[in-house]
Parts: sequence; structure tokens; C-alpha cells
Amino acid sequence: MTTLLAIGTGKGLFLATSTDGRRSWQISGPHFPMTGVYAVAVDSRRAVPRLLAGTSSSHFGPSLATSDDLGSSWQEPEHAPVAFPADAAASLGRVWQLTPGGPAEPDVVWAGTEPSALFRSADGGRTFELVRALWDHPHRTQWGAGFGGQAVHSVLPHPRDPARLVVAMSTGGVYRSDDAGASWAPGNTGIHARYLPDEWPEFGQCVHKIARDAGDPERLYAQNHHGVYRSDDGGRTWASIAAGLPSDFGFPMVAHPTRPGMIWSFPLVADWQRFPADHRCRVYRSADAGGTWEPLSAGLPDGPFYPAVLRDAMCADDADPAGVYFGTRSGEVYASRDEGDSWSLVAAHLPDVLCVRAAEV
Amino acid sequence: MVTVLVPGPLRGEVGGAARLTVRAHGTLRDVLDELADGWPRLSRRLRDERGDLRRYVNVYVDGEDCRQAGGLAAPVRPGAEVRVLPSVAGG
Repeated sequence: MTTLLAIGTGKGLFLATSTDGRRSWQISGPHFPMTGVYAVAVDSRRAVPRLLAGTSSSHFGPSLATSDDLGSSWQEPEHAPVAFPADAAASLGRVWQLTPGGPAEPDVVWAGTEPSALFRSADGGRTFELVRALWDHPHRTQWGAGFGGQAVHSVLPHPRDPARLVVAMSTGGVYRSDDAGASWAPGNTGIHARYLPDEWPEFGQCVHKIARDAGDPERLYAQNHHGVYRSDDGGRTWASIAAGLPSDFGFPMVAHPTRPGMIWSFPLVADWQRFPADHRCRVYRSADAGGTWEPLSAGLPDGPFYPAVLRDAMCADDADPAGVYFGTRSGEVYASRDEGDSWSLVAAHLPDVLCVRAAEV
Repeated sequence: MVTVLVPGPLRGEVGGAARLTVRAHGTLRDVLDELADGWPRLSRRLRDERGDLRRYVNVYVDGEDCRQAGGLAAPVRPGAEVRVLPSVAGG
């Protein structure tokens, strides 16, 4: 079995492959040199796995490319695959998230974008259409921009019900749809927004990342701009699970692909101190849905460590046992083939890592 | 006819051509609109979906920066040379 690890960086996409049970990796790239690759997906639902990469050139703008031969060649349509319609009076900043749809919709791919919008593809990610109801939401004019921009960065299809979808944006927070995107309701009750005058607003939270539990689709996890939360009702209400972490600030939130209750995070000190907690390179894992946390550092650098891990720069693969991966802004990528118990270096000296995604292919 | 000079990084979008010829003239918008009809992949590197020129793409009409000459409304005479150049940007 081959495992593919796609590494999006500030200056292109690198592809790491392992054919020996994730013990060693061969790396190709950069694909799309000098473009920021903020979003990548490995759609392994297809007979032939499809890679999708959201690229962003500082000169020539954003685009999206697909590959059906594991990155040997890439295809881009003649016309922009993700673009706002004329009446939206907006232009795409970049694609921030690419998420294959649920198992019942094998050709659906979702794209979260900057500015905050959701696009849907019905042809496996070659072309996309704007989800109008979210774009036309009356809250949209009040959604703000964080330092990285204003974007939909998380898209969670429901594993069994294609009508149900949860997205998260910075800033704006969590929005839920139960009717295949025809209408959207905020789902931020319980998420503290200490950076706003109203600290418990209906929306406006700066949710950094959300993830869905492997066993219970009603159970979601969120890393907020300060605050780590769990929802047991599909994202309607949230409760803190930050106790036991060294800090409640950070960006990634990753759920195990098959083991209920297991999640990983990479805490940073605080919004004014965006360094790893205690200046140490440690991943934190919970095996009980955030009830307790344990630091994981075997094989990781044991000296002072300062690079941050961005919201999409941590992921899990779909192997058994699950592999976990993260990349740093200093261009290092680490992998664990045992759910985080131990780690090894996959790559170093890359450009800053923006996103990682991995799957058996 | 108007000649459009394509910079090296974008020639892959037009089959390797360094220069293209379009019939349109009048304004830069007219020229770029015809370019979009014939070479959409090149066009979307130069302009966003609203038709605006991308921030770090510079276009010179007969040697003059279009941004100093009306932007997309810059006049383009028959026989003009339109040169596309990436600006000095990026890290």
C-alpha cells in the first residue's frame, strides 16, 4: 500500500509517498512553484484517486488543479474553476479548503474560499458553483477578516445525510445547513469571543478549525481564537474541553478517521504569543473527546521550538493505525504512524507549510 | 491589429507564444476582452472575474504604464504594442 502525503507550502506543493508502511518517504516537487498552496485534497473515493490543489499566485491569481495520476500531471480548465458570478460583485482571493463530499455524493467536492463563501462541485472538483444561500446570508456584511484574511476554512459534510453540512469561517464562526445548503443558521452558542464587546454573540466568533468525530456525527470539535470546544448536538451548542491543555489557543483541530473520541491539536501560547506552548514541539491528543489530554513528543525536537502550525497544516490519514502529520511555518513536516505515540521527520527546509493531507492510495 | 507581448511565465498558457495578435483596438479593455475570448487561461491570469487587472500584473501600451493612462480605459491605437509584465513583487 502506498501512502500519499500532500504538503502545500507558500511556494508550491510537495508530494511525499511511502511504500514501506510510512517508514520512509520520497518527495517530489515543488509542483506549482511560486504559488501558495493553501488547500489540497486527496479524494480517494474515486476508482483512481484524485488530487486537488488550490493554488494562489501573488501575480497571476488563484486557481485550482486536479490530477488523476498522483501528481505526475495536472489539469486546469480553460475558465476559472472557482469564480464568483457577476452579480456577486466579488472576486476570488484564494481557495482555503477543499473537501470531498460524503459517500453518497461521490462527485461532490466542496471549496471554502476567501472572501468567505462556499462553492460546490458536482464533477469531482473540475468546476464549481457558488452556494448562494450562504453568500446571501444577512450576516455576511458583519463577517470580519482575521490577519490571514476572511475565509471559509472548514467544511464538514455529514457522513450519512447529504443534506447536512457544517462550515466554519474566520471570522463569523460556525454555520449549519440541514437542507443541502439552501439555508444556513449560525451555530456558535457557548463559544466565547473575548475579542468582541459582546463576548457571547450569535455569530462573529473567530473559529480557527472544526472537525467531526469518527463515531458520532453529531459530535464536533472546535479550536477557536482562544477556546477549545466540543459540540454534541451537531454544532448548535458548544462546551469547553480546554482543561488539561497548556493553552486554549491554536489553529488545527484534527479528528481520528475511525476511532471515536480521538482528536489532536497543537496549542500555541496565546494570540499575543503565537509560539508553541512552553516553546516545545508537542502535539496534544485526547482519546476521550476532550475530557483529558496528553502531550506527545517522542521523536519531536526536544529543544526550544518556536514555529507555529497553521490550521490546515495538521491531518490524519485513513490507514490503520492512523497516521498523523503536521507541518510548520519553518518548513518541517513530521509524521506519526502510530496515532501520535512517536514521530519522525518527513521533510525539512521546505517553504512554510500551509496545509497537509494524507491518504492511502 | 494590436500585438500583445506575453511574459515568459505565462507563455505556457498560450502554447508557448511570445506574442499574440488581436484585431481589437480602442481601449485596453477592448484588447483584453478579445484576448479573453481566444485565450481564456491567459486572461484569467491577468484579470479577475470582475474584469479588473490583477494587482501585480503591469501592462504597458506603447511603453506607457496603463495605470498612468486610464487603466483599462487606456487608449490603444491600431498597430499598438501591448506588453504584459509581472511587477517586482513576491517574497
